[in-house]
Amino acid sequence: MAIFKHHAKLETLEESLNESLKRELREEEKFQFAEFDEADVERSGYSNYSYWRSTLRVFSRNKVAMVLLVLMLVLVVFTFVQPYLPGQIDHFQVNNDSSTGLPLRNVPPGKTVTLTDGTDFTFILGSNNIGQDLWSNIWAGTRTSLFIGVAVALVEATLGILVGVLWGYVRKLDFLFTELYNVLDNIPTTIVLILVAYILQPGVGTLIFAMSLTGWIGMARFIRNQIIIIRDRDYNLASRCLGTPTYRVIFKNLLPYLVSVIMLRMALSIPSNIGYEVFITYIGLGLPATTASLGNLINVGRTLMLSPALRYQLIYPTIVLSIITISFYTIGNAFSDAADPKNHR
Amino acid sequence: MLRYISKRFLRSILTLVIILSVVFILLRQMPIEGYFPNYDKMTKSAIENGIKQLGLDQPMYVQLFRFFRDLLKGDLGISRVYRNNVAVTEILAPKIPISLKLGSLALLLSLVLGLPMGVLMARYKGRFFDHAGTVFIVFVEAVPAAVYYLFIQLYGTQYLGIKMLFDESDWMSWILPVFSMSLGNIAYYAMWVRRYMVDEINKDYVLLARIKGMKSSSIMFKHVFRNAFVPMAQYLPTSFLNTVIGSIYIESLYSIPGMGGLLVDVIKRQDNTMVQAIVLLFATVGIIGLILGDLMMVLLDPRISFGTKAGNR
Repeated sequence: MAIFKHHAKLETLEESLNESLKRELREEEKFQFAEFDEADVERSGYSNYSYWRSTLRVFSRNKVAMVLLVLMLVLVVFTFVQPYLPGQIDHFQVNNDSSTGLPLRNVPPGKTVTLTDGTDFTFILGSNNIGQDLWSNIWAGTRTSLFIGVAVALVEATLGILVGVLWGYVRKLDFLFTELYNVLDNIPTTIVLILVAYILQPGVGTLIFAMSLTGWIGMARFIRNQIIIIRDRDYNLASRCLGTPTYRVIFKNLLPYLVSVIMLRMALSIPSNIGYEVFITYIGLGLPATTASLGNLINVGRTLMLSPALRYQLIYPTIVLSIITISFYTIGNAFSDAADPKNHR
Repeated sequence: MLRYISKRFLRSILTLVIILSVVFILLRQMPIEGYFPNYDKMTKSAIENGIKQLGLDQPMYVQLFRFFRDLLKGDLGISRVYRNNVAVTEILAPKIPISLKLGSLALLLSLVLGLPMGVLMARYKGRFFDHAGTVFIVFVEAVPAAVYYLFIQLYGTQYLGIKMLFDESDWMSWILPVFSMSLGNIAYYAMWVRRYMVDEINKDYVLLARIKGMKSSSIMFKHVFRNAFVPMAQYLPTSFLNTVIGSIYIESLYSIPGMGGLLVDVIKRQDNTMVQAIVLLFATVGIIGLILGDLMMVLLDPRISFGTKAGNR
C-alpha cells in the first residue's frame, strides 16, 4: 500500500541530484588563473540550456505520459463540471420509481426508468443499493478523493519545505529538529492514521489532518540534507556578502535545485493518499456515508460483490481509482526521468 | 559498535515512551462509553462508580504513571467491551502466533518470488520481462488491495475448490491468504531489487569482471546481487515484524483469528483498552523493526560507519 510513498524512482532522482550538487572542482581547475580569452567569452556568453525547457522537452517526448496528463486534467475539470451538465441527478438524491414509488435500488447500468416526476432517466452506470445514481456518485466521490489527495500533498509540501529550510539553514535548530525527526520518523503512518481517525470526528478535514501529520517528514528530511550541501557554496557566500536577504537566497538560490524532487514527491503522494482513504474507510473509520468518496463507494461495492449482477457497483469505482493511480504513477515516473539532468540533451 | 547500539536503543525507548504517552492521553479524550459494555442501560451512579473503580477520575499524570507501572509488570489492562473483564494479554496471546505463522509464510513467499523477479527485471532491463514486471507492480499498487483480495478470494474458492474461510488445521485454506498477503511485498521487493541492481550493473567493477572473462550469471549473483541486497536488508526486520500485526484486510476477509482483524473489531466496538494495547504493540513492533533494520545494514556492509545514522535516505 505504501509502495508509492517510498518509491525507487524517487530515490534515483534524489541521488542523481545529489551527485550533481556534490560535484567538486578538480584540483587543477581550482588553482588556475582566469585569463581573458575572447573565444571563451563568445562560447559561454550564451547558453541555450534551460533546465525547465529541457525537462519539458524530454517529458513531452513520452507520449503515454502526455496522454495521461491530458486525461487527468480533463478528469479533474469534469468532476467539477459534471453536476452542471444537463440531465444530471444530484448524487445524494434517492430516486423513486414512478409507478411503485419505491426507491430504484440496484438498477443495472444503462437501463432507462421513469422517475416520480415523470421524466425518463437513464442510469449510465446503474444505481446503488439505496437508489442513488452511481454515475454522479462516482464523480462526486472522485472529487472528494482527489481533493483529499491534493490537499494532503500540498500541506506536506508546504510544511516539508518550511521545516526543511529552517532545519537546514538555521544551525541552532539543527539539533532540535534532528532529535524531533528521530522520534517522529519512528512512528508508523498507519498507526497515526488509525488513531487520529478513531479519536476525531470522521470527516474530510480529519482525514487530511491525519494524513498530513506524518507525510511531511520525508520531504523535510530531504530538503534539509540538500540545503546543508549547497548552503555554503561560494555563490551563496557571495550572495550573503552582497547583502541579499535570506529569503531571497532560499527562494532564488536553494529551492530551484529541489523543485523536481518536490514535484515528484507530490505526484506520488496523491495516489497513496487516495489509497489511505480507501484503507481507513475499510476499517470503519472513514468518511461518513453521506459524503461520497471512492473509499465509501468501494466499501459499499465490496459488501455487494458476492452477487455477480451487482458487481458493477464495485468495479466502476475501482476502475476510476485505478486509472487515477496509474496516471499519477506514469506521469510521476516520466517526470522524474525528464527532470533528471542526466537525461537532458 | 556497542555504543552505537545502546544509543540507538535508548533513543528508541524514549520514542516509545513519548508515543505511548501521547496515545494514552489521546485515548482518554474519547467518550467514556468505551469502558462500559452496556453504557445505555447504566444509571448515573453506576457510571460514576465505574469511573472511580477504573481510576479515570484521577488526574492525567497519575493515570499515566499507573499505566506505565502496569506496563512494566506486563499488564495491559482489562478489556471492557470486546470481552468483558478479560485481561487484554489473555486475548492477545493466542492471536499472535497465528498472525506470525501466516505472516512469515507470506514473507518467505514474497522473498522467493520477489527477489528473482527483481533480478530478472534488471537483467533484461527495457525488454519484455522488465515491462511485464512493471505492469505487475503498477497493478498491485493501483488497484486497491481491498478489491483484488476480494477477487482472489472469490475466484480462488470458486475454481480451486478451497474453503472460503480460514481453518488452521486445513493447509489448503492457508494458500489464498498467504498468496494474497505476499502480493504487495513481491511487488515491493522486485521494485527495489531492480533499482539497486540497475545501479550496481553500471559500476566499473562489473566492467572489470566482464573484461576478466567472468560469466554473466556469476557476475550477477556473486557481485551485483550481493551488493544490491545490502540496502534491501534494512526492510527485512520491519517486514518480518509486521507479520505479527498481520494483515488487517486479509484477516477480516478470511475470518482469521489474528491481530489485524482484531484491531478492526475493537475499533468498531470502541473498546479503548484494547485499541490502546494493540496500538502499543504495533508501535513497539515498528520501532524494533527500524532498529534491527539499521543494525542489519551495519552488519552486512562494513562501509557503513556506526556513527552516522543508517538509512540516511
